[in-house]
Amino acid sequence: MTGSVGVVTPQLIPFETPLDLERGGRLPRYDLMVETYGTLNTQKSNAVLVCHALSGDHHAAGYHGSEDTKPGWWDSYIGPGKAIDTDLFFVVSLNNLGGCSGSTGPLSMNPETGKAYGPDFPEVTVLDWIHSQARLADYFGIEQFAAIAGGSLGGMQALQWSITYPSRVKSAAIIAAAPRLTAQNIAFNEVARQAIMRDPNFFEGNYADHEVIPASGLGLARMVGHITYLSDVSMGKKFGRRLPRDDRDAEGVNFAVEQYLRYQGEQFSGRFDANTYILMTRALDYFDPTNTESMPLPNVLKSTKCQFLVLSFTTDWRFSPSRSEEIVDALIQAGKPVSYSRLESTHGHDAFLIPDATYERIFKAFMDRVYRDLGGDE
Amino acid sequence: MIAHSHQIPSWITTHSRVLDLGCGDGKLLAQLVKSHHIDALGLELDPVKIATCLDQGLSVIQQDLNRGLSNFNDQQFDTVIMTQTLQAIRRPDLALSEMLRVGREAIVTFPNFAYISNRIQLGLAGHMPVNPQLPNPWYNTPNIHLSTFRDFEELCQRLSIRILDRDTSNLSGKRTWLGTVWPNLFGEVAVYRLTKES
Repeated sequence: MTGSVGVVTPQLIPFETPLDLERGGRLPRYDLMVETYGTLNTQKSNAVLVCHALSGDHHAAGYHGSEDTKPGWWDSYIGPGKAIDTDLFFVVSLNNLGGCSGSTGPLSMNPETGKAYGPDFPEVTVLDWIHSQARLADYFGIEQFAAIAGGSLGGMQALQWSITYPSRVKSAAIIAAAPRLTAQNIAFNEVARQAIMRDPNFFEGNYADHEVIPASGLGLARMVGHITYLSDVSMGKKFGRRLPRDDRDAEGVNFAVEQYLRYQGEQFSGRFDANTYILMTRALDYFDPTNTESMPLPNVLKSTKCQFLVLSFTTDWRFSPSRSEEIVDALIQAGKPVSYSRLESTHGHDAFLIPDATYERIFKAFMDRVYRDLGGDE
Repeated sequence: MIAHSHQIPSWITTHSRVLDLGCGDGKLLAQLVKSHHIDALGLELDPVKIATCLDQGLSVIQQDLNRGLSNFNDQQFDTVIMTQTLQAIRRPDLALSEMLRVGREAIVTFPNFAYISNRIQLGLAGHMPVNPQLPNPWYNTPNIHLSTFRDFEELCQRLSIRILDRDTSNLSGKRTWLGTVWPNLFGEVAVYRLTKES
């Protein structure tokens, strides 16, 4: 039987030591918005770090109140009896630096100016996130994570962790990810950024000064992104060539899929910050674990010490199975322990978020082994 | 389900690196991890079997053997095992060469098509054999490249593969005296240990 972690309360954790950033900036101090599920054991060995994707946040599981109907983004895989079993593990989930869900980001106050950072928020990278997450581990007294798991950009963080802090990761679950972006991937991100920047309400990122948001551009960015998260099959199943629904605004809309995308765009522009979106897509574009070491991926992976699980989904074209297999093959070349499955799904890139029996079975089998390997704990 | 030959474990060195091609539910690898503390890796196509392998603590990769082993380094393994799969892949000759490129030794088992009951069904009844060894009818069998002890050894010679050991077993993985004396006639399962001719 699987269940829910129930009602959860995020906590804001302050870090007063300055953080020097990879691309030259510096944060004098920062806060991280964090949720935890389950209980940290006395040896502090059962911690699992969950990393979010492009537009995700710290709210990975459970609900934010008894009225809340929408659970956290990875609720299908985190909870009692689920793949990341909160009866066994202590799960840490955070909003990354530069985010807009409570952690220090463009919406936060710049201590030097006394007003929000806005577009002046320094550029952050996956590596910067890893360093800030390591400090979060220190805060909880976690010397080594039993596992670090994530999908998409979250999977890239798990991969970077295994390279940057090899002795602090026992296992990594890298799902629907890629070792770096292709030109096509970057191109889609650039279209999204241009949509935002060309919105007359963008004001070079200083929209807050004008008390507006570039809602149209951000909505358009989300529409483009959303298409890349779905598959032709899933869109065909969900919308086909059907006409718009009557119960929603259908002005100027010819097909149901158009209405859906507009709705998604509007919802997103109401909850997400445009500067954060630009910053997160840049972090994704620049991600390349071979860059800092300037050697091929198998050589970079030689230093890793953890067990790997890599998962991909057949209809994912944003990060297709062959991109995951690049990671798998590099790990094989490096002689590292890796398991891999290319899971059948019609859901495209979004499949990593969606409940599926085989995905659950494999992910859980891996995580249960991670727990068994902790040995002698509870 | 055809049992693994009792012979295989005796050909494995303790703490060696072993790759099992088509490892199924991981039974053989798990047994070898226990008995020989091997560094094990399995390749398997079926995600459900992959999960069963993970349950047993094995590392396993979903990979189609017909795609080859190009993602593995030369001599990355001490032993590469392929049990009851050679006859089901598109190019058994290429597979054998690849196995001995990535591994120092190879262990191969396959159904002997010259086994007496197959000869009777084909030779006397005039039907493609259907029996516990080859359970599928000809039109939907995965076994597309059936061969005999004799055929296999000719192929090894052509590929400059040296036969280190040859054994035979019945479907329960046990050796029979008839099979030992006349393997091509009475051996149900052919079991070989191979290496590349130096």
